[in-house]
Amino acid sequence: MIPGALVDELRAIVGRQFVLIKKEDVIVYEQDGSILQAMPEIVVVPASAAEVSAVVRAAGKAGVPIVPRGSGTGLAGGAVPAEGGVVLSLARLDRILEIDLENRIAVVEPGVINLEITKAIAKDGFFYAPDPSSQAACSVGGNIANNSGGPHTLAYGVTVNHILGVEVVLADGGIVWLGGRVPDTPGYDLTGVFVGSEGTMGIVTKAVVRLMRARESVRTLLAVFERPEAATRTVVDITAAGIIPAALEMMDQATIQAVEKGAPCGYPTDAAAVLLAEIEGVREHGERAMALIQSICRQNGAREVRLARDDAERQLLWKGRKGAFGALGLIAPNYYVQDGVVPRGKLPEIMARVAEIAERYGLIIANVFHAGDGNLHPNILFDMRKPGELDQVIKAGEEILKACVAAGGSITGEHGIGLEKKAYIGLLFNEQDLEAMARVRRAFDGTGRFNPAKLFPTPAGCGEVRMQPGKIPAGLWI
Amino acid sequence: MEQTENIIRTLAQAGLDLPELYQCVHCGLCLNACPTYRVLRIESESPRGRIHLVRAAAEGRIELNEGFAEHLNLCLMCRACESACPSGVKYGRIAEAARAAVGPPGSKLARGIANLAFTQLLPFPSRLRLAARLLRLYQRSGAARLVEKILPARLREMSAMLPAVPSRFFAPAAEVFPAVGARRARVGMLGGCVMSVLFSDIDNATLRVLRKNGCEVVLPKNQVCCGALNVHNGETIAAKEMARRNIDAFLAFDLDAIIVNAAGCGAAMKEYGYLLHDDPAYAEKAERFGRRVRDAGEFLFDLGIVPPAAAVEMTVTYQDPCHLAHGQKVRSQPRALLQAIPGIRLIEMNTPDRCCGSAGIYNITHAAMSQALLQEKMGSILASGAAAVVAPNPGCMLQLRYGAKRYGPPVEVFHLMDLLDRAYGGA
Repeated sequence: MIPGALVDELRAIVGRQFVLIKKEDVIVYEQDGSILQAMPEIVVVPASAAEVSAVVRAAGKAGVPIVPRGSGTGLAGGAVPAEGGVVLSLARLDRILEIDLENRIAVVEPGVINLEITKAIAKDGFFYAPDPSSQAACSVGGNIANNSGGPHTLAYGVTVNHILGVEVVLADGGIVWLGGRVPDTPGYDLTGVFVGSEGTMGIVTKAVVRLMRARESVRTLLAVFERPEAATRTVVDITAAGIIPAALEMMDQATIQAVEKGAPCGYPTDAAAVLLAEIEGVREHGERAMALIQSICRQNGAREVRLARDDAERQLLWKGRKGAFGALGLIAPNYYVQDGVVPRGKLPEIMARVAEIAERYGLIIANVFHAGDGNLHPNILFDMRKPGELDQVIKAGEEILKACVAAGGSITGEHGIGLEKKAYIGLLFNEQDLEAMARVRRAFDGTGRFNPAKLFPTPAGCGEVRMQPGKIPAGLWI
Repeated sequence: MEQTENIIRTLAQAGLDLPELYQCVHCGLCLNACPTYRVLRIESESPRGRIHLVRAAAEGRIELNEGFAEHLNLCLMCRACESACPSGVKYGRIAEAARAAVGPPGSKLARGIANLAFTQLLPFPSRLRLAARLLRLYQRSGAARLVEKILPARLREMSAMLPAVPSRFFAPAAEVFPAVGARRARVGMLGGCVMSVLFSDIDNATLRVLRKNGCEVVLPKNQVCCGALNVHNGETIAAKEMARRNIDAFLAFDLDAIIVNAAGCGAAMKEYGYLLHDDPAYAEKAERFGRRVRDAGEFLFDLGIVPPAAAVEMTVTYQDPCHLAHGQKVRSQPRALLQAIPGIRLIEMNTPDRCCGSAGIYNITHAAMSQALLQEKMGSILASGAAAVVAPNPGCMLQLRYGAKRYGPPVEVFHLMDLLDRAYGGA
């Protein structure tokens, strides 16, 4: 229960309009991009670091949990308030404060949309590298919390490689800087510790991000395959040949058909799988690498290998790829996305395993993934309204994750653990490992009020999490 | 807060279990495309949030109260979210259905006036002309200047937003106008309610441009307002009746296309099939009618225009009307036509497909948000450096003209047909 005094205090801090308590105002914050839901008691939308700090202090005094939220595009329930309390939206901290091209950095607030950074500097020939598929909507703060990746992770690394420093509000309301404006600040790499902490350590109020020079040439290739194994084999061969594409993505037939049904982007709907490969760099390197990739595709029996003719065709191919998750809504009302990782060499094997699991459970699994990284996104399609189907989906998902771990991989590549995968973190870490992590967390937030019930396999909390529209099966997620 | 008589009806009771609701997987890609979310940064003022509200109401989890209605009513219905949605969710249908369940926006008085306009004014061309004549009298007699002095600020702004009513309305002398030169097509044309009284010169220009491009043009006498304003504000009874009358009026002729020069009307008429899908007598005819409807620019581009001879020396920027870009997916054709006019230099502004805040009667019902969006738009126009804006839709034109006067830059505002007509030598 939120005490009335806290409501008054929060209103005094951020203004009446930005403290939401009516059911029709808070219910829209019960979900993010995942299939988990829990109703917030109150939503606060501050506009500055000072307001964030004051909100944290007030909530601390009242002893209520704080769940930070960016754009709410996360896929692991990280912004879902599993134990109620205050949802703290950073959406109004949305200014790009500084762009310093000479030193290739920008200082941004956490609510800035990922793509807006690149938009602001593209005319000068620069870009911000981390590019999650949701980059037109997701926030830099959310990317930092989840250490997000994207198609171009293969060449440029994930978010942590592009954050030089962060200004953070700690649990006592204090505002501190971790890292700074230059790489390699002395002492502990606390930026590295903080990025990927999923809102459990503090709240980012400013970030210094690294900007990159746009490459001289960008070439994008579409390869069409009749069999999925041929596509995954091609991925293995490309990396074995020593080529590091900027991106190497795969989509299977179910995904292609959804994408094309939504907004045609030029993918052949009768293909078993397609690969999207991109090479960036100096022109000569691009030509050589592309020629090599083309011949590897052909050796593996590609039916068609096509270079994007111009920027418009490139953009269209990427639009299809980046809209793929959303497009799944056209073929099923719900999808449960997995984020498993395997060593690249195990791709053909794991794909066969996923197909086998789908068949055994009688479910459709649409695959769209960062093949070059060995980062799978099998989307299990289902209809939440059909009784019993969800149980099957969860069992199938668990089998996939276990298979990834058995193959020497991981349960998440970039979406985070959140609420959704915390039951599985034990597959990767033993109790001592987890306790070491917990101690780090306590060093930042000794109260445990920042995004409670996330990341660690804690016992059931007092809040109510549901999978829309019915109730979550007891004990399954928390 | 005042509660409406509609509160007790949940969407489920209103029979609104829309399949579109379950097509949304709440990925959030629509958020940043939504003008109201961009300004307020609150989830309930976003497409994803509004869809979730309708879904929660349909499932009986929340009431259809004033708060619910206001979140739905703050939506501009610009449908930019539909362009951003990878899942093809037809947000417009969801929002229109929800608005139909809660009734028109505004205070009780404003709702009453809007309802009166939707049911007693728009469906009757003669009453509409009478109203426009009264408005003209008000503007020309000097009464406007006097009244504006004593009006409260809000009403004074509204009075200033009204365009000068022209001396002559669009009143075609015949029902059928022959093509100039060899006939290439036979088309119908919608005069439109606002267009024919406030923008009669653009209707005349459209008629001339079509004829000079080899079109025989039919203007059925019995046509009426298309009903778009009604549908967007949740009024469907009069809207359906207007649709039926237009279907009868136009389908009485054998036409290659039905040409509309107002984006909002074109989008609504293309969707008559959906509006009347549960009317067995009209469902099939409405589908057939909808397939024939073309925006004037869209149609002329596909037909291939006769190269204009006269130069129009002007630097212009193009504002995508929401119901053309997002509602009808027509973006490139009007631009191509502009570039076909000798002397025209087209420069793009930032985000030309973001709403200018006009949105039907929205600039009256939600003045603050409307003005915030208009100011942002005028800033984009200023940055483009263009001397004129082309926006082929009456609502956008009124709004942008007001913006040019109120905030600057002092750009001229044209309809695409204005400029094409000039390039063909006008009357």
